[in-house]
Formats: sequence, C-alpha cells, structure tokens
Amino acid sequence: MSTLDIDVRPQAGPPRGAAKAAPRGHRRFGDPVFRVVALVCGLSVAIAMFTLAGVLIYNSWTAISELGLSFLTTVAWSPNGGSYGALAALAGTAMTTVVAMVIAVPLALVIALLLTELVPPRVARVIGTGIEMLAAIPSIIFGMWGLFVLVPFMQERVAPLVMDSWLGELPLLRPGPMFQGGGFSILTAGLVLAVMVLPFITAFSRDVLLMVPRVTKEAGYGMGSTTWEVLHKISLRYALSGIVGATFIGLGRALGETMAVAYLVGGSFLSVPQSLFDPGTTIASLIALQFNEATTKLDISALIYMGLILFAITMVFQVLAQIWLRRARRTTGGRA
Amino acid sequence: MRKSSRRWRAIATAALAVLLAVFALALVACGDDAEGEGSEDSGVPAAETANTIVGAGASFPYPLYSAWGSEYNDLNGVKLNYQSIGSGGGISAISAKTVDFGGSDAPLEPSELQAAGLMQWPQCVGGVVLVVNLDGVENNQLKLTAELVAKIYNGDISNWNDPALAAENDGVKLPDTKINVVHRSDSSGTTWIFTNYLAAAAGDVWTLGGDKEIAWPTGVGGKGNEGVAASVQQLKGSIGYVEYAYAKETGLVSTQLKNADGEWVEPSLETFGQAAAQADWAGADEFYLVLVDQPGPTTWPITGASFIMVQREQADVGRAQAMLQFFDWAFREGAGTAEGLDYVPIPANVYELIQSKWSENLMSGGSPVWPL
Repeated sequence: MSTLDIDVRPQAGPPRGAAKAAPRGHRRFGDPVFRVVALVCGLSVAIAMFTLAGVLIYNSWTAISELGLSFLTTVAWSPNGGSYGALAALAGTAMTTVVAMVIAVPLALVIALLLTELVPPRVARVIGTGIEMLAAIPSIIFGMWGLFVLVPFMQERVAPLVMDSWLGELPLLRPGPMFQGGGFSILTAGLVLAVMVLPFITAFSRDVLLMVPRVTKEAGYGMGSTTWEVLHKISLRYALSGIVGATFIGLGRALGETMAVAYLVGGSFLSVPQSLFDPGTTIASLIALQFNEATTKLDISALIYMGLILFAITMVFQVLAQIWLRRARRTTGGRA
Repeated sequence: MRKSSRRWRAIATAALAVLLAVFALALVACGDDAEGEGSEDSGVPAAETANTIVGAGASFPYPLYSAWGSEYNDLNGVKLNYQSIGSGGGISAISAKTVDFGGSDAPLEPSELQAAGLMQWPQCVGGVVLVVNLDGVENNQLKLTAELVAKIYNGDISNWNDPALAAENDGVKLPDTKINVVHRSDSSGTTWIFTNYLAAAAGDVWTLGGDKEIAWPTGVGGKGNEGVAASVQQLKGSIGYVEYAYAKETGLVSTQLKNADGEWVEPSLETFGQAAAQADWAGADEFYLVLVDQPGPTTWPITGASFIMVQREQADVGRAQAMLQFFDWAFREGAGTAEGLDYVPIPANVYELIQSKWSENLMSGGSPVWPL
C-alpha cells in the first residue's frame, strides 16, 4: 500500500517564507491544532493495529498454551475428533491465493498497459470505469455467482475435459483422494478470487503506468523503439515498484477473502488438497464456517489462533513487500 | 525545523506510550469483566426493558420466531428481537446473561444446564430430509434406509448403481454415476440432528458420532442449507441433507426413509409431528431428548426440536413474565403460523408439562415467576 504514497519528507511543512506571509492567528493556532488532529488520526491507525494484535493474542492464549506450534503442523481441523490443526487451511490458503495471483497479475498488467498505452483515452475511460465497478461488487455476490454459475460449469465441463486428457495425469491436476467432481474446489475458489482481485491490481497498475513521464516514453520512440520496446523497457520498468505494490494489495485481499471462498472451496478441513480439483479450505473461510457454533473455550480460542496466524502472514507479506520495494527503488534509481 | 521535529518525535512517542498503556489497562479490565460476569445482575441493556424481549441463537427456528414476534407485537405491543447467530452463540449469550433467552437446536445435557444455572424447553419441531438429483427419479420415489445413508456418507457406497441401493429400489432406474456426497461445511444444528440419526439408527455402520461438525471421510461441504440445496440442485448425482423448508421451497427431490418401526415414510408435517407426539418428554430429564429415530408406524426418523434456554434465577420479574407471556401465547396461539412455515408445533400436553417446569424452576428472589 505504502508503495503508492509519495515520499513527502523533503516537502514537509510550508516553505519558511510562506509562514511569515500567513496571518499571525493562523500560525499560532491553526498549524498546531491541525498537527495534533493529524497526529491523533495517524496514531489511531497504529493503535488499532496494536489493539487488534493484542486482542487476538489475548483471546487465543488458551489455544497457544495448549497447542503451541504443533497447531501449525497438525493437518486436520476436527475439534469433534480432538484434532486442532491449521495445516490443511494454511495449504488451502496458499493454493487458492497462488491460483488467483497467477491468473490475475498477468491479466491485470496486460489490461493496464492496454488502457494506458494502446487505446484512445476515451475508450480507456469506458473500460476503466467498468473495471472499477467490478471492484465495487460485494464479495457475497461473487460467492453466489460462483455457486450458481462457476461450480456447475467447472464440474460438468472443465473437470471432465481435464480428467479425460493427458492434463489429468499431471500432479496438481490429477484427482486426489478427496476428489468430488471438481465443482467445489481450490481451483474454483482461486478463479473467483482472481476475478475479485483483478480490478484492484489493474486500477493501481494503470495509475502508476500513467505516472510514467511522457518525455521518457517519447524519447524512447524518438530513438526508434517499437511500441513493445517502449512498453517493457521503459513503462514497465519505470512503474515496476508500483506494480509490485498493486500485486501485494491484491495478494492481501486474496489471502483474507472469506465469504466467496466459504461458498466455493468445499469446506474439507481434514487433509491438505492433493489437487487443484480437490475440495479444501482456507483460514479465513474456516473461521467463518466454524465460529458460529464453536462453544468450548478451546474451540473458540483455536479459531482466534488461526486468525492470529492469518494476521501474521499478511504482516510478513507487507514487510517483505516494503523491503523489496526499497531495494527496487535503489537499484532502478529515483522513484521508479 | 530540526529541533521541532525531534520534539515532535518525543511527543509522538509519549502519546503512543500513553495510548498503549490505556489499551493494556482496558484489555485487563475487559478480561476481569468477562470472568466476573457470572456473578453480576442481568446484562440486558436497561433501555430495552419490558416491551422488548431479547433473544439470540439457532438460525433454524429464526423464520418462525420472527413471524411470531411480529404477530405478537401487533397484538400486544411487545417486540421480540431474536438474532440468529447460531446455537453456540445463543448458549454463550444466555450463559453471560446478555439476552433474555437463548435458542439452540441441540439440547444441553442436564449437568451442563445445572452448571450454567439454566433451564430449557422445546419450542418447535422440524424435520431434516435427504435430497437427491438423479435423472428420472421423482419426489419421494427413492427409498433409503439409515444403513444405506450412513454408508453413502462414510464412503462405503460410492456409486448409484450399487446393488445395496438397487435392492431397496425395485423399478427405479439408478444410473452408473459416482455419488456426489454433499454435507454442511459450517458447523450446524442440522448436521447435529442428521448425524445423531445415523448414530442412533445405524450405529454399527456410522462410527463418527453425532455432532455439529463431523470429520467427514468423503464429500464436499456447502455453506448453510442454501449452499447444500444449491449444489444438489445443480450437480447431477448429488445427495444432500437439508431442512424440510429448503427442500420444499427449492423444489428439490426428497427421498423416503425406513423408520424405527421398519415402515417406509415420506417427509411431511404429519410424519414430523408423529415424532414430537411419540416422544417421551415426561420421562426426559430437563427435556433432554434427541428426537431422532422415534417409534411409531408413520414417524419420520430425522426430526429435531429447537430449544429455548433461560436463566433459572430471573433478575427482573417484569421482564421474565413478559417473556413467558410471549412463549405462552406462542404455544397456545402460534400453531397456525408454525405450520404455515413448515414447523411442527409442540403438542398441548407437552406444553402443560413445560408450564409446570416453569413454575417449578423459574425464580426471582425466591418466589416463582410463573404462573402470573
């Protein structure tokens, strides 16, 4: 997220001369008041983060002390059978997210390039608005669309097609032990996630591509570069850190998406999916599906423990993204 | 400029530290609160006294309770606010006294009730049916026994042309298709009723017990009745279990079942009602009765009661009586509404028993709350 913010430090505060020119009253009260207000608002974000982490740790303490780190390596979530494990959900989260990103990132990039470089602005505006509207659709709608349209399509068309061809022999496509026709599956959930994150990645990528200075591109054309050369040697390279930032925004959404996935992934909590066509579960959807009827203290605590893990994962990704971006900024030079 | 930025950093750090300290205190205070809550008086918001009854719990009876609530409000000006947050949430809420009553599809055992200071009674009865999607198979044509259902759900029978299925279904053309088993992915009272039936009627085949969530060895999970209904409706070769109202409203094809008397029965309000009528409520301690696999020639075997739970010691007589008046009205006058929504009302003789338990158990400051 912060990849998109502009480094404001050098410009912070008004120029010295400007302060003198401002009316005295403003200088005395306006600035300090605004500073305090801004500071409180800024700190409240940090406080919200700490509070959230604190509440998660506090409420999951029963499970943390009872289950420890073996929670992460135990496969099955089956409180009824006495097994508290997050591995199946972790694996499902990773698989659905990877499917979503593998589909969404290249597609979003191509669309962003199309919008910024290849079509006239008027056409770009129409397509761009359409994509932004896609971002405004609530996730439950995607869940229902998946349930009524995509699940039968995957089960009756796609899965049989894959299973009957040589593709069905490949690992990750070969049906696993929990295979149930392929409608409710990791792949279906991943496809819907791809559609859900696509508008975010596209919109942010388009915005950073629009920030590529025109003169630089024109210089490229002036040197006799083809459109393709300008696209991948100048525009993409210039916008790279922003595009990575956009990708992480999409990744964060895919990792945490709950409702749509809960309807589509098949709710199978016992094993790590062996195939993309197997049903599975994700951390967020498992919490949503199990929280309603969780009664014992350990059940509730273990679910919150899972929430804490998801929280930690997204934090780690954010930090990694920051580090990567800082390095990218240094090597490409300037704010590229 | 530099000096002031350093000062700002110091102020910011101090502010952050103070806020964190406040937060830490709040957390500790909350923790104390949660533990001390049991000894406090009713936590029901004071603003919502007497003319609003607050309940929370199972989602299965929600349509009925909200219909009763709006009818009762029209008659008496007393509102019912029932939040369908799930049975588990309902039990937690009534244990913490944040609501007037909790609703649950699974009864609490007498020892659990004692520990939490609660009493419970059945408020309505509903049925769970099996639904299938098979070409050429009509509504209530397919015949299943508990043993067959258990074997389908534990994976022993995985094809519709299995000879065991054909043996019970003369004249029904069963295809050579894999059985698409659909269960609930969310933990639910419906699963609790369904698996208790399997455990009671086919215990030697079904070894996974009866609970709200099960370590299913096969099948896919649909979210909610709507998720199971949608997948059975769309995917050929599916079998699933849903509450009767969902099967009826979505036009799904249900099946016959063989009941405890060995008779074939079709799902209907009459056959569900037989289960409620045959049940031995008087002999059940604290109304703890699992209504599955009840005797009787026309009894549907997968039925369950939805329970109401209240605190035995009522802090506020007025609130308690307003609540009991509502339930009294629902038992006496609410049968038509219940049947219209595909629920079976509690028989009159059972209600008499419930009333006697009210006057026996519900106290406020040492004197009984019921009758008025």
